[in-house]
Amino acid sequence: MPVKNKKLNLKDKYQYLTRDMAWEPSYQKKEDIFPNESFEGIKITDWSQWEDPFRLTMDAYWKYQAEKEKKLYAIFDAFAQNNGHQNISDARYVNALKLFLTGVSPLEHAAFQGYARVGRDFSGAGARVACQMQAIDELRHSQTQQHAMSHYNKHFNGLHDAAHMHDRVWFLSVPKSFFDDARTAGPFEFLTAISFSFEYVLTNLLFVPFMSGAAYNGDMATVTFGFSAQSDEARHMTLGLEVIKFILEQHEDNVPIVQRWIDKWFWRGFRLLSLVGMMMDYMLPNRVMSWAEAWEVYYEQNGGALFKDLERYGIRPPKYQDVANDAKNHVSHQAWATFYQYGHATNFHTWMPEKDELDWLSQKYPETFDKYYRPRFEYWAKEHPEGRRFYNNTLPQLCQVCQIPTIFTEKDDPTVLSHRQIVHEGERYHFCSDGCCDIFKDEPEKYVQAWLPVHQIYQGNCEGGDVETVVSKYYHINIGEDNFEYIGSPDHKRWLSIKGKQSDDKESGSSQDAA
Amino acid sequence: MSQLVFIAFQDNDNARYLVDAIAEDNPEAEVQHQPAMIRIQAEKRLVINRETMEEKLGRDWDVQEMLIDVISIGGNVDEDDDHFILQWN
Repeated sequence: MPVKNKKLNLKDKYQYLTRDMAWEPSYQKKEDIFPNESFEGIKITDWSQWEDPFRLTMDAYWKYQAEKEKKLYAIFDAFAQNNGHQNISDARYVNALKLFLTGVSPLEHAAFQGYARVGRDFSGAGARVACQMQAIDELRHSQTQQHAMSHYNKHFNGLHDAAHMHDRVWFLSVPKSFFDDARTAGPFEFLTAISFSFEYVLTNLLFVPFMSGAAYNGDMATVTFGFSAQSDEARHMTLGLEVIKFILEQHEDNVPIVQRWIDKWFWRGFRLLSLVGMMMDYMLPNRVMSWAEAWEVYYEQNGGALFKDLERYGIRPPKYQDVANDAKNHVSHQAWATFYQYGHATNFHTWMPEKDELDWLSQKYPETFDKYYRPRFEYWAKEHPEGRRFYNNTLPQLCQVCQIPTIFTEKDDPTVLSHRQIVHEGERYHFCSDGCCDIFKDEPEKYVQAWLPVHQIYQGNCEGGDVETVVSKYYHINIGEDNFEYIGSPDHKRWLSIKGKQSDDKESGSSQDAA
Repeated sequence: MSQLVFIAFQDNDNARYLVDAIAEDNPEAEVQHQPAMIRIQAEKRLVINRETMEEKLGRDWDVQEMLIDVISIGGNVDEDDDHFILQWN
């Protein structure tokens, strides 16, 4: 009887995959094969120090990913077969999914492209294997998210053309430009931006409390894809931390470069997450925790532990962290107020919170909500039934870096808008903050090229100069179906009929004073 | 300042055994139940032992099986055939 081969242990299997299957080039120079490895100034002295703490090999990778997919698609099937969309808490919730599908899912695809490219750029085999697995993960996320939401697309508006919208719609240039910025950076900056600053420091805020919220709102499909994706993120996050430690341990000259990238990508990520803050505080009819509470647990507490751990490398917490921590009590309200005003130019509906929801916000934000936001929201709520649902027809001033309208306020005075400007080579540029202004000053030649949606409209590059033409022709948003106020919308009427209720005609006709 | 490590699992049948095993091996850990998920945090260090899991499950268990049910982690990871450790240095 043949002797069965002794099974390799995890460490040996990983070693064989990431070391013994690589080779030293003999007839081409290494720097010609990996031309992008050195231009950022990062010095790698010994690639063999690279470790993936999960020590995942391809056989185990396929086995566990296949199992995740089987579980996930069984749930999608059950959700669709049982008309799961009828069991969500309220159809307002679906608007968070519209934002997710157009704003987040295309980022998964951008991450797939990014990892596929940078994987090619590293001469270390361990890094190449890690990037390859992550590229496949990200492609899976993009696909499973589209599959999960295809069921909603059969029953609700605004989900019909996500990829097209991602490339064009004004607020979607915020997530799009974030990833384009990372993907057009060098390979080490890309890993610092996405693997470390985004995956490790910030994605918990996107996937964990929001997905728990999806569960709390009866959305079985979304919570399942969210957690299934996040199970890959646990690996990505670990890799993000290892990447940073690896780069920092390789050479002391790497420390200031990495610190600058951490400062930049923390700020970029923090701005991007304003959208998630708004989704959590305003778009989940059943709420799990407030954005401020999520920020405290997942940034202040977990991020604090992380940066304490990195102190020994000479890394300090990100610049302007104090501004970000203070802003946790403001950003979700400022973002929702903005989307409410521009609800004629979105692929999702907006509304004013109901009384018990306002009370919840007052309770969760005792220092800020009643003082700065509630009176405005109550005023708008009163105007609406009088036939004056407020829409803002002036296009907003955008920040040159994060591309968010300059809606945020000063840390020490929430009644003053935060606005910075500088003149660079004869042109004036505007910013939402010192954080974004600093990023511009470091690389002006990159950010002068930003594709700013408002500028593009005024320059005549979006098929028309008026909002209605841009929204319908250029964005592919169906006017009167996808956009405007939620109350009285086709989605709202459909939801009432699902629940066997009549729509209240007094509340419809909400679009009358919009552009 | 306290330095918490954490791990979050989907609230499902597999995870119940993981949570039991972690609670047994990390008596200081705090278990938090949230919608659809279970989050466990502890000061500086958390360990999952293969041996404890195999006792709970009554079958062989590969440490990497936790990848199926995990949602998120915070801390440095150290994994081998016998355990999965999260820690801050």
